[in-house]
Amino acid sequence: MYIEVNNVTKQFVSRNHGRDEMKTAIDRVSLNIEKGEFVCILGFSGCGKSTLLNILAGFEKPTDGTVKIDGTEVAAPSTKNIMIFQNYGLLPWRTVEKNVELGLEKKGVSKQERIETARIYTELVGLKDYARRFPCQLSGGQQQRVAIARGLAVNPSILFMDEPFGALDPITRTKLQDDLLHIVKRQNKTVVFVTHDIDEAVYLADRIVIMSTDPGRIQKIINVDLPHPAVRNSSIFNDIRDRIYNELYSISQQPLEYYL
Amino acid sequence: MMNSTLKSIYYTVVSFLGVVILWQLLVSGLHLNESLLPSPLSVVKALGELTLDGTLVRGVVASIFRFIIGYLSAVLAGIGLGLLLGLFSPLFRYSYPVIQLIRPIAPVAWMPFVVLLLGIGDIPAIVIIFLAGFFPVLLTTASAVHGVDTVYLKVAHNYGIGRVCSVFKIIIPAIFPQIANSLHIALGTSWIFLVSGEMVGTQSGLGYMIIDARNNMRTDQLLATMLVIGIIGFLLDLLIGKFERRILRFWGNVN
Repeated sequence: MYIEVNNVTKQFVSRNHGRDEMKTAIDRVSLNIEKGEFVCILGFSGCGKSTLLNILAGFEKPTDGTVKIDGTEVAAPSTKNIMIFQNYGLLPWRTVEKNVELGLEKKGVSKQERIETARIYTELVGLKDYARRFPCQLSGGQQQRVAIARGLAVNPSILFMDEPFGALDPITRTKLQDDLLHIVKRQNKTVVFVTHDIDEAVYLADRIVIMSTDPGRIQKIINVDLPHPAVRNSSIFNDIRDRIYNELYSISQQPLEYYL
Repeated sequence: MMNSTLKSIYYTVVSFLGVVILWQLLVSGLHLNESLLPSPLSVVKALGELTLDGTLVRGVVASIFRFIIGYLSAVLAGIGLGLLLGLFSPLFRYSYPVIQLIRPIAPVAWMPFVVLLLGIGDIPAIVIIFLAGFFPVLLTTASAVHGVDTVYLKVAHNYGIGRVCSVFKIIIPAIFPQIANSLHIALGTSWIFLVSGEMVGTQSGLGYMIIDARNNMRTDQLLATMLVIGIIGFLLDLLIGKFERRILRFWGNVN
């Protein structure tokens, strides 16, 4: 098992009506992910999927439980496991090429190598002619491509993606989904991808982890038996899509807890 | 179609002319005594008088000299300490109350102590200019450091950029626009306070010239000096505006 999530719980204190309360964001989540797998975490807003991702990537510590990557417990973020954020996280004062170079600015990488590697990945995401532009001059889709190029340039084993295409229009989104899948399959990257878009999950994932809300728990894990690349809206695609929709719909039928 | 520089010049000229015309109308219309409100012409004559006998040049040089020293030290101290306060929360929490206690005290109030300790001359004015510029820059810098988008810090952490390195690679570049803006504002505030600073404890400079003109009941010279103060303030603002835009462009705000 490449990524081992063992009974992870995350609680935090929140203020409710003037009182401090213990809220459980995710409750005893266990999951195993193989190397090279593309796993989507799917759920409604507030189900804790982003919290789970932050814990996997090492940005937060679980209240209980452990996360191991390649046998070692996760203690902090590392360049081997790169996070791609929904709001891109590009440094606005750096050009595209300087953003992509960010992870390569360290001892052991010569200036030549750095510039060349950055150039390769900038081209890979289709932004060769935009290398000298600043993020504010790019569209959302282009900015996300830069973020992806920056992430890939340090050759991570895992990509953690937190609703990366959420802020984009549907056409750009489908294009980026295609490009992303193509790149990560070719480079055999392990991907953990958080989304609330069912079609996106069915298209991209090898397995879909459906999470219930409040507290966040794993509701069901579904294997997506589709050839890659899948054909969107083919009958098998729609079958799987309907199964997922029903699962999620049954979640929303669960009574909400009211705090008295 | 005029370009934007010509347009600004046009608006400036028209706006100034408008004031001069209104001023002249006021003076002639109300038949005011020259000593109550001098006409534009008398002010120009007074300006000529002050230039010819060298008073104006001496005054401007003295003021600008003090201003540069006061302002630059305020900026350096403000940014330096602001960074420290922003980066080290305990430091900030302990010093913030004291800062907010001292800040509202008008710089002029410090003058008796300054003059007693350091004498008359350039120092009192420089101290006032410093105090006027220091607090805005300090507080803006500290708050800007706190306000750096957490995504940038997460990115830095993710890509293995250490804490010290992050300060230079992420935090300082991230706060450039706010610092540039605070420098702009501090420039204006410091220049205003310069005049009040020179009214107590100096024997030269534009502020002193105002006191001198008042004592000699030369309202035309008084207005002339005020005009010069206004013009220099106007030009300083223009210059720092250009500097601010240059910083923003370099920073990536190419729009």
